[in-house]
Amino acid sequence: MTLYVLRRVAAALVVLLAAFTVTFVVLYLLPSDPASIMLDAGTGGASVDPAQAEALRERLGLDRSPVEQYLSALGAAATGDLGTSYATGAPVTALIGQALPETARLTGLALLLAVAGGAGLASWASWTRSARLRGLLLALPPLGVAVPTFWVGLVLLQLLSFRLPVFPAVGNQGFASLVLPAVTLAIPLSATIAQVLAQGMRTAWAAPYVETALAKGATRTRVQVRHVTRNASLPALTLLGVVVGNLLAGAVVVETVFSRQGFGRLVQAAVTSQDIPVVLGLVLVAAAVFVVVNLLVDLAYPLLDPRTRAHLARSAA
Amino acid sequence: MTRTTRLPVRLLAATLLAPALLLSACASDGSAGGTATGSAPAATTDARPTPGGTLRFALGASPSGVDPQQVGSNVSIYIARQLADSLTDQDLETGEIVPWLARSWDVSDDLTTFTFHLRDDVTFSDGTPLTATTVKANLDALAGELGAVAPLAASYLAGYVETRVDDEHTATVVFAEPNAQFLQATSTVSLAILSDATATADPAERLQGKVVGSGPFVLESYTQDQGAVVTRRDGYAWPSALRENDGEAYLEKIQFTVVPESGVRAGGLASDQFDAVGDVLPQDVPQVDGAGGSVLTRTNPGVAFVLQPNVSAAPLDDVAVRQALNLAIDRQQLVDTVLSDAFEPATSVLASTTPGYTDLSDELRLDAAAAAQLLDDAGWVPGEDGIRAKDGERLSIDVVYAPLFTGSQAVLELVQQQLRAVGVDLVLRQVTPGDQQALLDSGDYDTYYYNVTRADADILRTQFSTTGRNINRRAADETLDPLLTEQLATGEPGARADLVAQAQAEIVEQGLAVPLFELAQSIGVAGDVHGVAFDASSRLLFHDAWIEQD
Repeated sequence: MTLYVLRRVAAALVVLLAAFTVTFVVLYLLPSDPASIMLDAGTGGASVDPAQAEALRERLGLDRSPVEQYLSALGAAATGDLGTSYATGAPVTALIGQALPETARLTGLALLLAVAGGAGLASWASWTRSARLRGLLLALPPLGVAVPTFWVGLVLLQLLSFRLPVFPAVGNQGFASLVLPAVTLAIPLSATIAQVLAQGMRTAWAAPYVETALAKGATRTRVQVRHVTRNASLPALTLLGVVVGNLLAGAVVVETVFSRQGFGRLVQAAVTSQDIPVVLGLVLVAAAVFVVVNLLVDLAYPLLDPRTRAHLARSAA
Repeated sequence: MTRTTRLPVRLLAATLLAPALLLSACASDGSAGGTATGSAPAATTDARPTPGGTLRFALGASPSGVDPQQVGSNVSIYIARQLADSLTDQDLETGEIVPWLARSWDVSDDLTTFTFHLRDDVTFSDGTPLTATTVKANLDALAGELGAVAPLAASYLAGYVETRVDDEHTATVVFAEPNAQFLQATSTVSLAILSDATATADPAERLQGKVVGSGPFVLESYTQDQGAVVTRRDGYAWPSALRENDGEAYLEKIQFTVVPESGVRAGGLASDQFDAVGDVLPQDVPQVDGAGGSVLTRTNPGVAFVLQPNVSAAPLDDVAVRQALNLAIDRQQLVDTVLSDAFEPATSVLASTTPGYTDLSDELRLDAAAAAQLLDDAGWVPGEDGIRAKDGERLSIDVVYAPLFTGSQAVLELVQQQLRAVGVDLVLRQVTPGDQQALLDSGDYDTYYYNVTRADADILRTQFSTTGRNINRRAADETLDPLLTEQLATGEPGARADLVAQAQAEIVEQGLAVPLFELAQSIGVAGDVHGVAFDASSRLLFHDAWIEQD
């Protein structure tokens, strides 16, 4: 088990290094010049003086060779120093440190809602005996995936903030400000979970052990909870590891629509202004989150599935 | 609960559809260009201002910082302008320069030395007094290293030699060359005067909020991408001669929040979550009006939105083609169809609010027949697909633009249709704001679409002189270049206006710009908010602003 975790951590480091390197290369290959973007400062190019741009490039270290820039950035990142933002001069770690908890709250609640909603919908659809209700319930996930996130956000705002002043439209203050964005972000995710889970449950309901359980006198509810859900949840769990990445991407749109501070807004701003240190830092953090979540998902398998437990025990021996 | 609780079907349908219409507005809808010069549409002045209260303002985009001298975008300046005062102020109606921190000034006949006599009662919010040494510290820094990150200020100080401290409250600024634009520049936020300590502080820290000014408000907090809070400066008593309120600001606090989505800004204003909002888009105006608010607008001075041709390559090296473009465009239709009442069609290369603007609407009339005639005479004959051609080359030109201003794409698509009617094919090339500079440097474009805000006609020199950015990529000439240089050395306003008028006429006649429309700021304010004003560069001022108290 320890060996397994160590191997996974080593693989994670390789993923992080690869993400860092690819991002650096892509940013470096872009034709635009961060110094000019900074000097331009929204003035439509009125004020970029080549001599100033040169001086600024020197100050930012952009006049060095790409290899030198890469190595110094990598070296600093290895010691936890992600540099300072070109655009604002603030330390990147501080920017991310400020943004990440906000996004963690948002995505955390969204994940909770998505799992509850997705699992609830799938369970209900698989438990019910009414074909009509099942058809209706199973039609919802495709709809949830199809509607654009920002549209859902704006509709919720119109109804529950502008017309009926229940929730605030903008900001990060308090739980109330978290509700609408989290619901918006949760909808496509819960739809995906519901779809995969419902499929798994349908298969499970047809399995022989269900018949056995029913024959032994178990109620439909007991079979649904004890047998079907547990067996059907493995694919959904795998999926969860992947969709956490989607949550971070979705945060870009949701945080913009709801004017929330956070990871997504930071990404959007940094990419627009080609703020290389910030983009690099964000990619690193996003990659780290992704790696950690997938590791956790892998570690959760044995808890749900005795077969993987046995497999792990063999490979560790 | 103030509105209907039972939603009628029609209302519900409208609600559901509205966001879909906003699709295009989702990403960024910051206004283009840097700044605007402004007038406060007179609020209903029969009511007496009541002090107190917090004004909640929704900004359309993220500020780049709060240092008045470094920032360039409108939203940054909305905050930064409240924190600091300038040596002079500019009347937005007349363009006249009036006293602010400087009681008076003397300008040498050759326009190289400017002596400012400062007020002696001004203090910064850290308690230190304003002296001639402070002015010197500020200008020395801007002409030196700080200039690299404060490009607008640095460009105003081109040719700066020194600031002499004549006595405690007299400072003389010396330039190597005549600098007629400098006096107006001292009224801008870019040359606002900050405390001695701020002048020597680290530029990055200043941008993040380490700024001490003498303005009517003091920065309480600033969070990147989120907003800022400013509080009233106690004992403020040195506003410019243009402000109605000669004492402390009425508002206790202004809370700026970044709200990127325009529909959310308007909805927030209508549902009393904001008191004022920036960048109101045409489709949001009814919602603001419907909630009892109003939309304040002002045209930005400076270079209007133009297509600026690259004359170094075919087909725009032919002056006849460029002239034809100017005659083929229906500017009124641009404004009526895809913009709103807030905008005006361009009637010169300069916007009508720029001091020195001259009306060239005759030259910029719509005359499709004349345009076609010009193209016929130049040898461009209509081809099979309706697009003209000459020697096998189709008359196809591209336009490079960055979507800084929300309406740009719609405007350019309409221009495309209008040009097509006379047989010219316009190809839209959208680039990111970051990429446009590289593209301009490469010269790989037929026309460049943009605007620049500046309340002084010297902006023509920056944009059209061959010694400036030379977006036209033209060779130095004996007509336009001398006019642009000479106006900078001409102090007498009438004579300078003459030169500037000639330059505008020359630019239009040579087709060095195809003016389209004038950018305008539109600010939504709730019905109980009064006195929100524009300054001469179309940035907002809150010193006279107040909210009706219950």
